[in-house]
Amino acid sequence: MQFGSVRGARKVFLAKERGGGATEDLVALDDASFDFDEGEFVSLLGPSGCGKTTLLRMVAGLTPRSGGSITINGKDVEGPYGDYGFVFQAPSLMPWRTVLQNVLFPMDVLKRNDSAALERARELLALVGLSDFAASRPHQLSGGMQQRVALCRALIHAPKLLLMDEPFGALDELTRLEMNDLLLKIRKETRASVLFVTHSISEAVYLADKVLVFSRRPARVVEQLSVSLGYPRSQAVRFTPEFTQAERRVSEALGILAPTAGAGVH
Amino acid sequence: MMTRNNLERIVYPLLGVVIVLALWQLTCVLWKMPEAVLPTPMNVARAIAKYWPALVSEGWVTLKATLYGFALALLLGIPIAVAVSLSSWVNLMFYPLLVALQSVPKVALAPILLVWLGTGIESKLAIAWLVAFFPIVVDTAAGLQSTPRDLLELGRSLKATRWQVFSMIQFPAALPYVFTGAKVAVTLAVIGAVIGEFVGSSDGLGFLLLSATSQINTSLAFAALFALSVLGTITYLMVVAVERALSGWLPLPPPRH
Repeated sequence: MQFGSVRGARKVFLAKERGGGATEDLVALDDASFDFDEGEFVSLLGPSGCGKTTLLRMVAGLTPRSGGSITINGKDVEGPYGDYGFVFQAPSLMPWRTVLQNVLFPMDVLKRNDSAALERARELLALVGLSDFAASRPHQLSGGMQQRVALCRALIHAPKLLLMDEPFGALDELTRLEMNDLLLKIRKETRASVLFVTHSISEAVYLADKVLVFSRRPARVVEQLSVSLGYPRSQAVRFTPEFTQAERRVSEALGILAPTAGAGVH
Repeated sequence: MMTRNNLERIVYPLLGVVIVLALWQLTCVLWKMPEAVLPTPMNVARAIAKYWPALVSEGWVTLKATLYGFALALLLGIPIAVAVSLSSWVNLMFYPLLVALQSVPKVALAPILLVWLGTGIESKLAIAWLVAFFPIVVDTAAGLQSTPRDLLELGRSLKATRWQVFSMIQFPAALPYVFTGAKVAVTLAVIGAVIGEFVGSSDGLGFLLLSATSQINTSLAFAALFALSVLGTITYLMVVAVERALSGWLPLPPPRH
């Protein structure tokens, strides 16, 4: 069932908003259109500064759009609406709260911090393997562990949509692979739709049902590729011909690999 | 058991004190310093012992003025910083004024405050308050304006109310800055109280210092000076102790000036 729809979304940063003596308007995103289903995992992939993050923030209602329409779960996005979890590039935990209290922060804001929330928070921490750290402070945790806490915080209010802005970009490769598997597991458990911004072709393919490939600025969605790898996925899938083929198609769409005969026809 | 590291931390500072005292004593002996110009450390120690009751009672007077002034600076400074940070029109109206006032040498206001408030504790308290007030306002405002962007966005994404954003995100995030300001402010408050006593007062360590020098009792003046530095250290350590007690809350290193 269709869950979200983005039609002709556009973002222009006007010169006067940009500051710093900018004299020209900046077209960050020029016409992005795509749909996604309930529970679908969509990777947003493209060069740096191509407006992927801007698009994600527009879906979240955090950045007003300059044109087009965005509908999530049957409602037009006119501003922040709360029914999603947002994971930032940095864990952005609150140093004055314990790990458990950080996870429960959204429930404090929503005034739903009851025993059920506490139970759910403990479940989520168990799911990401941090049960023993519930009472720890964020600065006692490694970067990867902090990002897992941020993930739990994004999921505590059981949102139907998870928006992730390069969440694993700052982690080392091994930790990133672990986090990818963890995310697949969580997604299976929560059944939330996910929009996932990344720079990594391999990560985009490994996680997603659908990869949106963006062009350079002014960014457009140049291609939507569905990934036909089955579930459950594990690291072994990276070494299959299907995976390599999917990576190749994405690379071609990005323009970093010349199209080969027979490829690109999907 | 005393580790080597602990030993070093105690022995070396003590050694430094001993060396300075020895140099001081040597200076007095070698140049045959008159007692009225530079008393020997021994004589200062004797003066401290002799005038101990006076030092304690006058020190108490100065301590009260310092702490009241400091407390008042916190009580008024933090809400003003909050108002300046949260409301753009309050900021536009009063922040330039605050910055301008900060550059007024507060010592120069002491005689005026004396005229207004008399020679009692009120004028001392007012000067202590005045010098302690600005660092608290400026640092608290800086803290409230440098909330991590992601945390504010997290609040927005959850449709947090303005009060929730302030009480759950902005204010706790600003606390390390508040403490930085408070540590500067409390040392300034001691200076403020002493200035008050210099300008016009009949008690306190500042008054004791002034009357000692007018009687050419330099040993007593040094004893008063010693008491003042003890007082300054104690008040500073009190703020540090509160900060430490909240350190679970404040793992961020305090911002540097």
